[in-house]
Amino acid sequence: MEWSADGIILATRKHGESSLILEAMTRERGRHLGLVRGGRSRRMQAALQPGNRVGLVWRARLDDHLGLYAIEPLELRAAQLMTSSTGVYGIQALAALLHFLPERDPHPQLHDGLEAIIAHLHEPLVAGALMVHFELQVLAELGFGLDLTECAATGRIDDLIYVSPKSGRAVCREAGLPYAPRLLPLPSFLAPEASPSHVGGMPSELAGRLPDRQALEDAFRLTGYFLDRHVLAPRLLQMSPARDGFVDAIKRHLQEAESG
Amino acid sequence: MANRAVAGPEVERLIQLLAKLPGLGPRSARRAALHLIKKKDQLLVPLAQAMGVAVDRVTVCQTCGTVDTCDPCTICSDPRRDTATIVVVEDVSDLWALERAGALNCRYHVLGGTLSPLDGIGPDDLTIDKLIERVAAGDVSEIVLAVNATVEGQTTAHYITDRLRGMDVKVTRLAHGVPVGGELDYLDEGTLVQALKARTSF
Repeated sequence: MEWSADGIILATRKHGESSLILEAMTRERGRHLGLVRGGRSRRMQAALQPGNRVGLVWRARLDDHLGLYAIEPLELRAAQLMTSSTGVYGIQALAALLHFLPERDPHPQLHDGLEAIIAHLHEPLVAGALMVHFELQVLAELGFGLDLTECAATGRIDDLIYVSPKSGRAVCREAGLPYAPRLLPLPSFLAPEASPSHVGGMPSELAGRLPDRQALEDAFRLTGYFLDRHVLAPRLLQMSPARDGFVDAIKRHLQEAESG
Repeated sequence: MANRAVAGPEVERLIQLLAKLPGLGPRSARRAALHLIKKKDQLLVPLAQAMGVAVDRVTVCQTCGTVDTCDPCTICSDPRRDTATIVVVEDVSDLWALERAGALNCRYHVLGGTLSPLDGIGPDDLTIDKLIERVAAGDVSEIVLAVNATVEGQTTAHYITDRLRGMDVKVTRLAHGVPVGGELDYLDEGTLVQALKARTSF
């Protein structure tokens, strides 16, 4: 068995004294693991850092074997990621999210979303907004997508400001007001008119509709609630500390920016 | 074909234990065991005695986390060292490497690893709280984060920086750039960018 593809390194694990097991996200083959012989050598270490884009050639005798990776560095971005707290926390939070996907299951939209976020992890506001969209996308790919296109009660498609924690569907202001304390706020940048493609794919253009700090906090609370309910709690898991670190880093950055 | 024992169980046990050491496989462990046995008086006996002493006396310093035969360790109890600077390292081997370099006459703090959310290693698994206590106790003006230039290492560095925010201490980190003997053509782009950003007057 042999295939070649480009992939984004998500994580590595030491194996023996000189090798490591590489976990990469590829567009056509999803999250895929393989052994890199000599991967802990000084020559290879810089290339095999999370966030880097590499060319992968995977070989194995049988399809269900772990297999061996041959690596060709394509775009080495790890050093850039390491300069910011949003970068280092972000790449690990993304890897933790992608761990919930089954191995070798293709998710091309998540691959493209991952690529988009990594390119913007040094810009806290953009990275935050993209991360929220990515979490919504992960929920959708796992079968727990939120329906934010119309009001669950009235069918209205405008003035959507709440999300029902039970159904995961949007609720308009008029219908939701009596139940407001029990509903989750829907930030305007996630509403369908602001983000028409949030279920179908990562928004390619965020310019002009970036959220403010409160909207980002609400958005992370919204995705965090549904991730916990549908993905983490059934597996008896806690939210990744990397995600908490990422959210805190963004909040801190925005607070500092606001206070000048 | 199954491996057949070539010597008695005591020698086989010695070979098995040697094979667990880093850098040694079963073949090299056999060679090492044979060498030790052949040089029993010059090597095997002193080695056994040294290991016996190490077992009895080696301890972890309660202040900095390094290994030594006394607590506080030789470094922490050395009055000639600068107590205002603490170099934070991941592991004892990093401390020894920095001591070999001899660039700073300071004290250290061994974290015992790095934060790795994917592997379930959190702040409570490291000695970060103890570092914060050392800083809070006063007398420390600079923390040098000498952690590895890996995503996990830098995550740990950012986390410690966040924890030290608001405390009256300067936090610095090691520079990233071109190693001695390194050829630019063979360096990754990220390292080159960092090296250019951190360029200095010549």
